[in-house]
Amino acid sequence: MIPAEFDYTAPSTVEEAVRALAAAGEDAKVIAGGQSLLPVLRMRLAAPTTLIDLGRVAELHGIREDGDHIAIGAMTTHYEVQRDPLVETHLHLLKLATDTVADPQVRHRGTLGGALAHADPAGDLSAPCLAMGAELVLCGPDGRRTVPAADFFVDYFTTALRADEIVVEVRLPKHTGWQAHYEKFNRVAQAWSIVGVAACLRVDGGAIAEARVALTNMAAVPVRATAVEAALVGGPATAEAIRAAAAHAAEGTSPTADGNADREYREHLARVLTGRALATAAGV
Amino acid sequence: MLIERTYRQQRLIPAFMEPRSVVVDPTGEQYTMWSATQIPHILRLMVALTTGTPEHKVRVIAPDVGGGFGGKLQVTPEEVVCLLLAKRLGKPVKWTETRSESLLSAHHGRDQIQKLTLSAKRDGTVTGLKVELLADMGAYLRLVTPGVPILGAFMFNAIYKFPAYHFACTNVFTNKTPTDAYRGAGRPEATYAIERLMDELAVEVGMDPLAVRELNWIKHDEFPFTTVAGLEYDTGNYEAATEKAKQLFGYDELRREQAERRERGDVVQLGIGVSTFTEMCGLAPSRVLGALSYAAGGWEHASVRVLPSGKVEVVTGSSAHGQGHETAWSQIVADQLGVPFEDVEILHGDTQISPRGLDTYGSRSLTVGAIAVVKAAEKVVAKAKAIAAHLMECAEDDLDFEAGSFTVRGTDKSTAMGDIAFAVFSAHNLPDGMEPSLDAEATFDPDNFSFPHGTHLCAAEVDTETGAVKLRKYVCVDDVGAVVNPMIVEGQVHGGLAQGIAQALFEEAVHDESGTLTTGTFADYLLPSAADLPSFDVDRTETPSSTNPLGVKGVGEAGTIASTPAVVNAVVDAVRHFGVRDIAMPCTPMRVWTAIRTGRPDAGGPGGSEAGGGLGSLSGGAQ
Repeated sequence: MIPAEFDYTAPSTVEEAVRALAAAGEDAKVIAGGQSLLPVLRMRLAAPTTLIDLGRVAELHGIREDGDHIAIGAMTTHYEVQRDPLVETHLHLLKLATDTVADPQVRHRGTLGGALAHADPAGDLSAPCLAMGAELVLCGPDGRRTVPAADFFVDYFTTALRADEIVVEVRLPKHTGWQAHYEKFNRVAQAWSIVGVAACLRVDGGAIAEARVALTNMAAVPVRATAVEAALVGGPATAEAIRAAAAHAAEGTSPTADGNADREYREHLARVLTGRALATAAGV
Repeated sequence: MLIERTYRQQRLIPAFMEPRSVVVDPTGEQYTMWSATQIPHILRLMVALTTGTPEHKVRVIAPDVGGGFGGKLQVTPEEVVCLLLAKRLGKPVKWTETRSESLLSAHHGRDQIQKLTLSAKRDGTVTGLKVELLADMGAYLRLVTPGVPILGAFMFNAIYKFPAYHFACTNVFTNKTPTDAYRGAGRPEATYAIERLMDELAVEVGMDPLAVRELNWIKHDEFPFTTVAGLEYDTGNYEAATEKAKQLFGYDELRREQAERRERGDVVQLGIGVSTFTEMCGLAPSRVLGALSYAAGGWEHASVRVLPSGKVEVVTGSSAHGQGHETAWSQIVADQLGVPFEDVEILHGDTQISPRGLDTYGSRSLTVGAIAVVKAAEKVVAKAKAIAAHLMECAEDDLDFEAGSFTVRGTDKSTAMGDIAFAVFSAHNLPDGMEPSLDAEATFDPDNFSFPHGTHLCAAEVDTETGAVKLRKYVCVDDVGAVVNPMIVEGQVHGGLAQGIAQALFEEAVHDESGTLTTGTFADYLLPSAADLPSFDVDRTETPSSTNPLGVKGVGEAGTIASTPAVVNAVVDAVRHFGVRDIAMPCTPMRVWTAIRTGRPDAGGPGGSEAGGGLGSLSGGAQ
């Protein structure tokens, strides 16, 4: 189907983009890679009056090292994230999760900033960002502010992003040397996650020194599995210890039911998949 | 002993590649309708009859159509409306549907509840079969809506020697999209039910599922065999196909591995699924269709024209939409006339070019359409022979025809088809009274169906912690008779397997309580891709059909019909030791997991759509 008519503007700086967004008013929509927005427009589930395309804002592209952080421009594509050596070395969990997103065509167009701003509970990149303590740099008419991932995701498809703000950058603390795995469970290769588990561990002398685990699609927002993390830290990186810790995976979650999974099954999957993600990460 | 089971054929959506599209141009001498249809000839007649437009004023063109799978074996309201609008406006009218419109409004398939009762002796010999069907027609009857379950009536007894058989079908209207033909149309439903049931019988009598089938199937030396449903199976060799499949599969080895995994209590259990199927193809002998109250016959028409330069035009009424008729028909005519493959042009899909035909469905093209081509080519060769004898001043009986040339036996005198074609064109020296043409037409109405068969073996790994099913190995040995083009046959088998496996594991048209289709996009109606399927091991045995001169049987639906029960049998076999004896299709991870926990087949059905993922969820907002 053909989308409803809209005005289109393609600013070349962040400041221009923010001004354009303010000028266009409430019915404007920012378009990043368009992999979620275009189907919505074509099905006429949304009919914004103006589209502000961030594709030509050079500042929003690219990945750089910034002290003990890696900063990823909001418009960096999944394909670029997958192949970036800094991500590979310091944010291995993000690379592994990005590998599972949709298919190569989508990964060439879709962007990290767009995926996080869209905040689909079944999207695969929110949980790893939450697990690794990402911060999102947002820019609006009053300048820039930084919001931790834990505060960014508010509800289904709802974030702390204000109507007049755009995502500029995603900053992630380096997790150099951490062992990671993203365990995705879905029915066909390109489908959304029914449940996903993002896990990374720092193992020191056979013991788990630090652990970060977050779950995809186990609530309206990505959820940190803090009970699992607490059970792991200080313990041995063994299959038994992991199995015992993974039993806590569904604690604090509030999954909903759909055709693929009811609540009980999702909770069960969270436990099983958390165990598998941790075991793979730990290499046991 | 009696075994009673009830199976659910979920509603499916054909989901052809190209959504439907129609253009009607009323501005010429005729109304010209271009439609993405499988059936230009039937469509022409039907729109003429329903709109009162004289048939000779309607021309239907089916251009390169992007797939059909039965979903375009239909005369649609949209086509009729386009014609009426074009008539009223006097201007061309175009209609193209979106994918979501197509999923909602193009006809659906399957949707039956099948209650079966099988009686057997303790040694596994079957003694009777009772089938009671409840079939969902949807809201309206379309072209062959009520005929689909009836076609299945002939196939529940399958390859087995049932001495007694009862079939009853109740067709009901609902407020859903009409159902109609979908790849296999009645036969996949029947094959699924009987092949699932034969596995249940094997369990009840403690036999290997292949052994219980062999005990009951028609042996190769018992053909021709008249079945309890009244069909005469002309040829077949179930033993040969099964033996070959077992070898390719490594059946005994996989059974051993299955036992070991069960013994160890592995998280991932192995199941082996069997499907020894047959189908009735080559639709259809016209008299049989008449007896079943179908409106149309089942013949097919062809003409072969040898042009003055020796090139050949072939007109077929069998309208291809991706099956490769152009290639296969060219091969056949090249063989029949002894001309190069490249010298043959196949014309089809336009009622002005190809005025007579009954189109493409039901694996009929090769077994009916191509036989008409062969018969027309035979007439051309017979006439050419008379001309060759005249030109070389010999008796027809003294001529040998080989590689496109007539040779006077025992001499080196010969005349090529091309020379004869030009002699006909110039018409200077033809036998007295002979018309100067080297064309022929033929209409072929088959006496009988053809009966492809085969043995499909599937090894499925079931993750007992998550319920996820992974196909580890899939072997099929199909016997589709003589093969014209092995690559096309293999392609048909691969695509058919993908669709049959999709019914077993992935696809289901789901409606909510208010009757709204909730699987209205490809985000929710799950089609598998190559990434979700194993590499298939495809092989053949070749028992020629005796119902047509080429010995062919048809292959368009074999993979779809055979594979669904093979996969579900494998999934159930993997978890039977948990007390599971059935899992509703599609065998989703949640259903498999629930069945393992509870032994209930249909727990964990589709519910609401509140969690993330799926295009429905996108309305929440997007950047």
